[in-house]
Amino acid sequence: MATATPTTRSWYKRNEIAVTPWLFLLPGVLFFALYVIFPIFQSFWISFHEWDGLGEKTWVGTANYERLLGGDRKFETSFWNNIKWLILYLLAIPMGLSISLFLNQTVRGIRLYKSLFFFPFVISQVVVGLVFSWFYLPNDGLFDVITGLVGIDVRGGILGNPNTATYGIIAAGLWPQTAYCMILYLTGLNAVDPEQVEAARLDGAKGHKMLWYVIIPQLKPATFIAFVVTIIGALRSFDFIAVMTNGGPFGSTRVLSFYMFEESLSEFGFRMGYGAAIAVVLFCLMLIFITYFLWSMYQDEKGPR
Amino acid sequence: MIGLRLNFNIQNQVSNNETIIDEKTWFEWKLREETMHSMLKASVATLALGVASTSAFADGHANLEGTLRIVSDMSNPAPRAVMETMAADFDALHPDLTVELEIVDREAWKTQIRNALTANAPDVVNWYAATRMTPYVDAGLFMDISDLWEDPAMADLASTKGAMTLDGAQWGVPYTYYQWGVYYRKDIFEELGLSEPATWEEEIANCQAIIDSGRKCYTIGSKFLWTAGGWFDYINSRTNGYDFHIQLANGEVEWTDERVRETFANWRTLIDMGAFIEDHQSYSWQEAMPFMVDGEATSYLMGNFSVAAFRDGGLTDDQLDFYQFPQINPDVAPAEDAPTDTFHIPSGAQNVEAAKAFLLYVTSPDVQSAINAGDALGQLPVNAAASVSDDKFIQEGFDMLSNNASGGIMQFFDRDFPAEMASVGMEGLQEFMVFPDNLDDILERLEETRQRVYQ
Repeated sequence: MATATPTTRSWYKRNEIAVTPWLFLLPGVLFFALYVIFPIFQSFWISFHEWDGLGEKTWVGTANYERLLGGDRKFETSFWNNIKWLILYLLAIPMGLSISLFLNQTVRGIRLYKSLFFFPFVISQVVVGLVFSWFYLPNDGLFDVITGLVGIDVRGGILGNPNTATYGIIAAGLWPQTAYCMILYLTGLNAVDPEQVEAARLDGAKGHKMLWYVIIPQLKPATFIAFVVTIIGALRSFDFIAVMTNGGPFGSTRVLSFYMFEESLSEFGFRMGYGAAIAVVLFCLMLIFITYFLWSMYQDEKGPR
Repeated sequence: MIGLRLNFNIQNQVSNNETIIDEKTWFEWKLREETMHSMLKASVATLALGVASTSAFADGHANLEGTLRIVSDMSNPAPRAVMETMAADFDALHPDLTVELEIVDREAWKTQIRNALTANAPDVVNWYAATRMTPYVDAGLFMDISDLWEDPAMADLASTKGAMTLDGAQWGVPYTYYQWGVYYRKDIFEELGLSEPATWEEEIANCQAIIDSGRKCYTIGSKFLWTAGGWFDYINSRTNGYDFHIQLANGEVEWTDERVRETFANWRTLIDMGAFIEDHQSYSWQEAMPFMVDGEATSYLMGNFSVAAFRDGGLTDDQLDFYQFPQINPDVAPAEDAPTDTFHIPSGAQNVEAAKAFLLYVTSPDVQSAINAGDALGQLPVNAAASVSDDKFIQEGFDMLSNNASGGIMQFFDRDFPAEMASVGMEGLQEFMVFPDNLDDILERLEETRQRVYQ
């Protein structure tokens, strides 16, 4: 009888080790596929149509892309604004690093200071945007009063002037983003090996050399994460623009994500095909960075082994 | 589709074969009646109510049963109270019927309506008249309620029938409309010895006097663009006439046309004088209001809904007054912006019978009188048999629209022009107001959009 037992073992029992991880993964994979992967391909599909979101789709081939890349000025403005965001938003990393170095000391009440610095990241981006738009108000806004004291008058206020509006919004966005980078670096600094610092000190390293050759290399994981979240944050900047200028004045603060929203989902929008085409372009732009991130993570993983 | 558009025109009778009472007579009669004793008014209201209750849909109030689901965008405080009262009263009238009211933020509703109409549609929704209905009519999401319009009680709404008609059928009922015009500080005008201008020359002369006194002529907040659309509607229709304006809205005229340039040239006269407040692109229409309340600017081209805000801001009726936008080209008849707000039945409605009864209820004379009264919406009733509030601004607007809008009635830039044209257009108008030198570039951009949108 004992010999019969192995043959009656169920299929699951026989493959338990191989199957179980997949069973645990299944719900996650299923939802990821349904809500992330599938919509990506759906967007590609819609971008080849003209569709108002309600009626029938009309196949238009690559017409949306031809219009988009063939001199749509709104698209050009949005694209260059995205580039500005990408570059200037990276300032959050060095700013976050310097604040975290400043806060990484043991004095009375340091926890309070840390939480105060972290505060802007906790409050909603919409609130930050609103506060900054009051700050920038022409005539009455604090910023205008301050610049007025030194004799600078920005025509239309920071947000009303097409030359300055985007920078004004980026500055508002940097406030919470800096706090985010700061917290990443603070946790990173906790993990810095005191023995290495001690050894470096014995070798006579201090100041900038200590920072550059000893501390920052050890912060590499934190820097990587800060870089990832900042790049992604810059590319999906939307809330600030919607709250502070609504794309204006005359569309000068649009970025791709906002333009996509405007074309497809706003009050005067519902040109789903065109909106999807913008989304696809934005996706391709993000793909460059995502590929780089994945590649460098892959290198890290296989490196030490 | 765009060819069928608003014909909300008081003088030009609605072009169908129905025998209806001449609208102008109605208005004149109403005005006379207002000044006469109120007994007549009361008896007319009763009479009209009698008609309503014997009509096809309203018979047997008690027969309506089930649930009536209403989704409304009347989210501002005063309209919200009106809507809640209407729903509660209608509920009380019909013991077997439960009225469920959901109020959605007015701005949010402009995009939410699509989801609301497609998934688990309510029985009654709010929307806007004219071209703004097109996407939902084309997609078959609004119910054709032409049969309701054949109800005898609807004869008093004849003047609005055109605005509710697309493809030869009616898709909803209006419940209120309001005039646009120039609201101004009467006390400052008196101080400077100015009177209400009737012509463009007088307007400019007034404005020069105001600027010389160290003030701005007009306040405006163009951050959300549409306020600039009001200025364009008026200057264009006064310069080139209603028909031209509507042709432009229908995409039949090029934006680079010489006549359009003339409109912008007239507008530029004011801009170059420094007539508008500075930095207006940073303000919403509400944020632009303190300039007038504080006396830094003297007038505001706005809809009548602004009166409540002016009064809240502390202006008394002695300080605040209204005049019709002045004549520019003496050869064209004046056209007026008077946007109409509406109720519709989604085609997925469950309780159509109750929904139709509700629309009849909303448009009936006594309800119209009540909801448009000065202490409620403070706007104009759509039913000719309803009484007009004795508020001076409503009276003045009513008189203007009845007697001095022979050119036609516009629904407003963002309701007359198709969506994409309106959004690109208003952005261009805002840019023009700040950088008038960019005009050629702006017009080319609008023309490019026109060629794409109307094909």
